[in-house]
Amino acid sequence: MWKKIKTQWFGNVRGDVLAGIVVALALIPEAIAFSIIAGVDPMVGLYASFSIAVIIAFVGGRPGMISAATGAMALLMVPLVRDHGLEYLLAATILTGVIQILFGVFKVAKVMKFIPRAVMIGFVNALAILIFMAQVPHFIGINNLTYVFVAITLAIVYIVPRFFKAIPAPLIALVVLTGAAIYGGLDLRTVGDLGVISQTLPTFLLPNVPFNMETLLIILPYSLALAVVGLLESLLTANIVDDMTSTTSDKNKESRGQGIANFVTGFFGGMAGCAMIGQSIINVKSGGRGRLSAFVAGAFLMFLIIVLGNVVVQIPMPVLVGIMIMVSIGTFDWSSFSYLKKAPKADSIVMLATVMIVVYTHDLSIGVLAGVLLSAIFFVAKISKIKVKKKLLEDTYYEVVGQLFFASVEDFLEKFDYETQGQTVIIDFTESHIWDDSGVGAVDRVVLKFQENGNNVKIVGLDTGSQKLIDQLAVFNNQHVKLPTH
Amino acid sequence: MYTRILLAVDGSEHSERAAKEAVKLAKGSAEPQVTIVFVADYDDSKKEVLHSGSSTELDLKRRKNLQPVEDALSAGGVNYKVEILHGTPGPAIVEYANQDEFDVLVIGSRGLNSLQEMVLGSVSHKVVKRANCPVLIVK
Repeated sequence: MWKKIKTQWFGNVRGDVLAGIVVALALIPEAIAFSIIAGVDPMVGLYASFSIAVIIAFVGGRPGMISAATGAMALLMVPLVRDHGLEYLLAATILTGVIQILFGVFKVAKVMKFIPRAVMIGFVNALAILIFMAQVPHFIGINNLTYVFVAITLAIVYIVPRFFKAIPAPLIALVVLTGAAIYGGLDLRTVGDLGVISQTLPTFLLPNVPFNMETLLIILPYSLALAVVGLLESLLTANIVDDMTSTTSDKNKESRGQGIANFVTGFFGGMAGCAMIGQSIINVKSGGRGRLSAFVAGAFLMFLIIVLGNVVVQIPMPVLVGIMIMVSIGTFDWSSFSYLKKAPKADSIVMLATVMIVVYTHDLSIGVLAGVLLSAIFFVAKISKIKVKKKLLEDTYYEVVGQLFFASVEDFLEKFDYETQGQTVIIDFTESHIWDDSGVGAVDRVVLKFQENGNNVKIVGLDTGSQKLIDQLAVFNNQHVKLPTH
Repeated sequence: MYTRILLAVDGSEHSERAAKEAVKLAKGSAEPQVTIVFVADYDDSKKEVLHSGSSTELDLKRRKNLQPVEDALSAGGVNYKVEILHGTPGPAIVEYANQDEFDVLVIGSRGLNSLQEMVLGSVSHKVVKRANCPVLIVK
């Protein structure tokens, strides 16, 4: 146990410290930008990133993964912040933590496998589109200089890494262009125009909301959505880090950990967050493997803010916008286009529907829910195709092919010719399986109808499971058993 | 004589041709040991995880990619083992090649990236520059 803790923390000190520093530098612009998306002061996202990263380092289930304030979560908070204010967001963050801890305790991570990949692809694409759309008000129609700065930022973040990789390119853009803007006294909107940066450590505070049913009802829907989306992105990220490091991770522990992190963060004035795909990839690529890297990322981020807070307010918005456009391009799954061509139609529709519902509602959780429902319906529709082949041998012979359950019952009943009289009717279930009460009921109906016309009905070829259901539930069997005794 | 042969592949046509040359080299040795190394690129990890249902499915997909290469070696009657690494292809191959002693490293001249069709692939370029053993680049 002690040995495991030691390797997870100090098995890779050099790599973890360096990667942690790189991640901290890359986190700053994102934490600020996500705060602006949520409609809160940049400090809310910065405190959240500090607190979540540090707490996850201790309680997370996936060492090497980075969690902080994220775009997916920020987007969900927008209406809550707009209508009720920051204090309600903090209360919702605490409740999100509680729900996620419960998810962990009840091992909800397993349910992830019920989310089809088409929905997950739709999820990341919708997230990318929303992050991009959130930038539009900050650069369209402000002034020409804004466009120029966005363009220069994009040029720096895409061209510089080809030649120089030691310092994250977004940071280079941030430093160079902030410097240029301050030095040139350029007319650009800055982070300071949108909020205040305070150079203090977060302090423990109870959210200033009335503790009653009304408050709970306001925050509960948001907390549920935040808990689900946070868990979804965290588990997806954990899978990616698992793959990159060819190791496994404890998904339930991660879920509990995310919960604890959000729970505590709410008391320290931070917004809810989750694991970050992009930052975690940066961390692993920079050599981060252990818990230490997330700790260093959070701690170093806070240190930088305390030291450099007064510079941070002068960061021009267009630079942040440029970095966020890069984030959204990186988030989008570009192989979706070839996926649309290759994948079965139903999957493509589910993916597109997920994206469109999210973009329309601005709510990732609704999109995921709708996507899952839609693919469940498609699945049922596909599997409920049942065929009944009639063969006229010496007896009337029906061969059933397909799954017999509530959705295929109607088709099944229509396929028989009930006009037959005084024959032996054989129904062969070798290529079929009966799944539920409705399926048994349908068999009953068919058998009884044939019997009404004086046919002798035989059911053959039932597999063990179907036979068991028939024995337990079928009515025609009871009549059979009872007849001779009377 | 080339006994310990490292064959670096990416599942492209070039790596199939490289596999055939590796077989020729292996035939010259009494007890050849061929190691096929494939690097799952960090940059593709998100895409690949997103597009596969489970880690088992992803492992299977990657192994399937290597099938033509494995077939070429089996057809030549050469024993081999497969090593799947995770990282950035160039540096990961070099690191693997240099931490062990191989007699020769065989690699295709360029890979899957169609933009680089015109020039020597950047991975092969890096490998030639930094691997400690002789490198055979197969056109």
